[in-house]
Amino acid sequence: MAARGARLCPLLLLLAALAGLGAEAKNSEDVRCKCICPPYKDHSGHIYNKNVSQKDCDCLHVVEPMPVPGPDVEAYCLRCECKYEERSSVTIKVTIIIYLSILGLLLLYMVYLTLVEPILKRRLLGHSQLIQSDEDIGDHQPFANAHDVLARSRSRANVLNKVEYAQQRWKLQVQEQRKSVFDRHVVLS
Amino acid sequence: MESEQLFHRGYYRNSYNSITSASSDEELLDGAGVIMDFQTSEDDNLLDGDASIGTHYTMTNGGNINSSTHLLDLLDEPIPGVGTYDDFHTIDWVREKCKDRERHRRINSKKKESAWEMTKSLYDAWSGWLVVTLTGLASGALAGLIDIAADWMTDLKEGICLSALWFNHEQCCWGSNETTFEERDKCPQWKTWAELIIGQAEGPGSYIMNYIMYIFWALSFAFLAVSLVKVFAPYACGSGIPEIKTILSGFIIRGYLGKWTLMIKTITLVLAVASGLSLGKEGPLVHVACCCGNIFSYLFPKYSTNEAKKREVLSAASAAGVSVAFGAPIGGVLFSLEEVSYYFPLKTLWRSFFAALVAAFVLRSINPFGNSRLVLFYVEYHTPWYLFELLPFILLGVFGGLWGAFFIRANIAWCRRRKSTKFGKYPVLEVIIVAAITAVIAFPNPYTRLNTSELIKELFTDCGPLESSSLCDYRNDMNASKIVDDIPDRPAGTGVYSAIWQLCLALIFKIIMTVFTFGIKVPSGLFIPSMAIGAIAGRIVGIAVEQLAYYHHDWFIFKEWCEVGADCITPGLYAMVGAAACLGGVTRMTVSLVVIVFELTGGLEYIVPLMAAVMTSKWVGDAFGREGIYEAHIRLNGYPFLDAKEEFTHTTLAADVMRPRRSDPPLAVLTQDNMTVEDIETLINETSYNGFPVIMSKESQRLVGFALRRDLTIAIESARKKQEGIVGSSRVCFAQHTPSLPAESPRPLKLRSILDMSPFTVTDHTPMEIVVDIFRKLGLRQCLVTHNGIVLGIITKKNILEHLEQLKQHVEPLAPPWHYNKKRYPPSYGPDGKPRPRLHNVQLKPIAEEREETEEEVHLLNSTTL
Repeated sequence: MAARGARLCPLLLLLAALAGLGAEAKNSEDVRCKCICPPYKDHSGHIYNKNVSQKDCDCLHVVEPMPVPGPDVEAYCLRCECKYEERSSVTIKVTIIIYLSILGLLLLYMVYLTLVEPILKRRLLGHSQLIQSDEDIGDHQPFANAHDVLARSRSRANVLNKVEYAQQRWKLQVQEQRKSVFDRHVVLS
Repeated sequence: MESEQLFHRGYYRNSYNSITSASSDEELLDGAGVIMDFQTSEDDNLLDGDASIGTHYTMTNGGNINSSTHLLDLLDEPIPGVGTYDDFHTIDWVREKCKDRERHRRINSKKKESAWEMTKSLYDAWSGWLVVTLTGLASGALAGLIDIAADWMTDLKEGICLSALWFNHEQCCWGSNETTFEERDKCPQWKTWAELIIGQAEGPGSYIMNYIMYIFWALSFAFLAVSLVKVFAPYACGSGIPEIKTILSGFIIRGYLGKWTLMIKTITLVLAVASGLSLGKEGPLVHVACCCGNIFSYLFPKYSTNEAKKREVLSAASAAGVSVAFGAPIGGVLFSLEEVSYYFPLKTLWRSFFAALVAAFVLRSINPFGNSRLVLFYVEYHTPWYLFELLPFILLGVFGGLWGAFFIRANIAWCRRRKSTKFGKYPVLEVIIVAAITAVIAFPNPYTRLNTSELIKELFTDCGPLESSSLCDYRNDMNASKIVDDIPDRPAGTGVYSAIWQLCLALIFKIIMTVFTFGIKVPSGLFIPSMAIGAIAGRIVGIAVEQLAYYHHDWFIFKEWCEVGADCITPGLYAMVGAAACLGGVTRMTVSLVVIVFELTGGLEYIVPLMAAVMTSKWVGDAFGREGIYEAHIRLNGYPFLDAKEEFTHTTLAADVMRPRRSDPPLAVLTQDNMTVEDIETLINETSYNGFPVIMSKESQRLVGFALRRDLTIAIESARKKQEGIVGSSRVCFAQHTPSLPAESPRPLKLRSILDMSPFTVTDHTPMEIVVDIFRKLGLRQCLVTHNGIVLGIITKKNILEHLEQLKQHVEPLAPPWHYNKKRYPPSYGPDGKPRPRLHNVQLKPIAEEREETEEEVHLLNSTTL
């Protein structure tokens, strides 16, 4: 249960971060009152944008300078639509950064698994494999050696191997998923 | 029950008899055996990271009256692993529910003992609400993340915000005063790629540069998405709703709702949406929410150890998913009820309601779109509609139904092609090609270049005086001095006509691309493209009706309502009705769809037009084929899903469906007390059935109970390891009292604890109508057929599905042979092409088995890479 809790931790943290940020106090730049005024007589349409509080968000406060003379102000303002909007730029920033960093890590890990690891493994195990059989050389499928490692890691048992064992177990699982989705097409076709 | 196995074996043959004659031993009794080679229990132990191996559960069948059984079980150590399920197997709802009640009783009886036990029981009672709260929180937060990231990445295709890289186009120009009425999205902070690379903002050079960058980004996003899916979590592809439907009906797909699937689906969903492919994020969000539900249910023993209870959480989670996808909490609950859930008691309804509420609340407080709404295309109308408009609405319904029928046929045909031919071997290439074609064609047309959600928003929005898009380029008389809300119908300007042309092209493009996009190996939802198609069609119809009413306001239908200068047609409303109709045609949902769309608009007065359109589209769609896209995909993949919506109208009897058939070898049974461990092991090795009826003796043939194969193997294995004196010649005893044995014989093995003492039975003359009903309503996995208390045979869910399929073939011989997919990976065949001995399907001798497995894995891998 503890291990599961630990694995859930990142998710919970992300959750707390996002929820907390959503409720955070608004940055001063994060509110706007946007008035869209359609064409009126010989004045073309215009968009006014001002950083005011919600109760001041109306045409009279935001439209400055007023393009029409005094008597027409009311008619002009009736056509304008003012909307008060707020956002949280911190949330956006943090979200994008979190997203990009997860994506980056995944990409790095993917590159490691598909390109680097097979080379490393071959270099490390080169001798012993030459003696055995060259059956699985030239196999570029990521995780191809998962079974080997599983078999070996079961014979020894210490903490480090347990981690490796868990990782290999995951790799096997993915391998099976890949087989059933892409090769056998039994699910999700 | 097991996916591929389910349908391919021989019942595309036409006659009933040929099946009987061709049946192999695998078929006669629950061929649902261990079929895929990775289902051997050894592999399974390795693979099921999510399996609840450590469950301690004695199967006493809930309200067992026999108290002495209880005692016996308490004496025996419960065997870990008994009562769990293999991958790709079906759960037994009845058994799971009994298990839960038993557990509940145990906790309740201990409650009075101490304060600690009291706390534990309180925790247990509250865990249901806790888990849905957590699920709601997580799905709301993830939906916010997906929304924000997808918006940003979509805009990355066209340019970048130099002042703050993390802002999308809209946010970049948030405080800018340089935006003009005509070009609202231009501001100096936002740079297009052409401006950055070649320094020009206008002209053909910049157009080509932007075009190239658009294609480049689209391709790289699509490539990243598909390779992440392929390397880390293949289960993350597709929409996920067919699989979730199947899982909720009681199927086990290990890892489908796991952590990696969740992470990869979230990450790649953003990439897939941003790549501009014709897909949406709504369906996958349901899958994401279900993953959250599944992961959080592991925190609570009440849910982690019980598959049926877990499915209640998943029902609630799918409601939360739709709630955040459309900003429609009630719609989400109804979606869960109408579309995905199989077993939906009131308690689950309330929990779904709560989960949907929490999720919507979280998303709202994140406010991803900056419009204080949960979705981008929220609209508000206040104009009324008139009776004559029902006619165009119904026409839109017809269009929606036709589109739905066409889409289902075309998409299923394409997916079957992918499934059964070599073409399915190149998932990455396929995604790249589809993305390239989409990007190349989409860029020149402003309506397809837009993000699909934005397109829908634009189509839904009514043309007020504030709009400046070409869709709203009506010829105005400037001196009209009416107030904003009441704009009369106006003649269309040139902008509207060119917009209609572009919309027509966009419609054709979307229709074609969506057929090829749904089912590629990236997360892809269907709601948004369908809605876009409907919205485009609806908007075109709306503008047409509007112009008709303007130019012919003396026609008698228009006379009453559309006088000159009156505002009687709202094209945006037509777009919305069209979107609902198309979505209805594809998914065949009704109530939940109307509620979802109604929550999108917040206008009660449009319920009748929406209902009319959705109902028409369902009728028209049903005329061409009764199943929605999700059921069609379930059938295509051969998942064991017993649809509760279909009716069974035939007059067959249980005896006609049960296995074994007349010409088959007799039913494989166990006897209660005169079989040895060796006998049972041989029986298990020689057959592939998932369970064995236990009878009194060969002579009397009376039923005692039912023992599952998985439980048997686990129990025997653990007995051989842990108990002393258990050898091959030990007697196995299912009976309550051990029979008197000769003095020198080895100790008997008592297996009463794994015996299901109350298996479901029907008599051989029970009509299939009733049997099918029992299976649907109780969620049975198998049912024994008896005659005068003598076991005759067994009916499994798979047999029923086969039977239904057969009957369908008899009635509709013209139906396409959709299950005509060849078995390309004969799972029970070994590396040398010879049938693998049965021995390898079961793991009784772990070490030998493992080596065998390893060699085969390697071989399979080699053959796939070659």
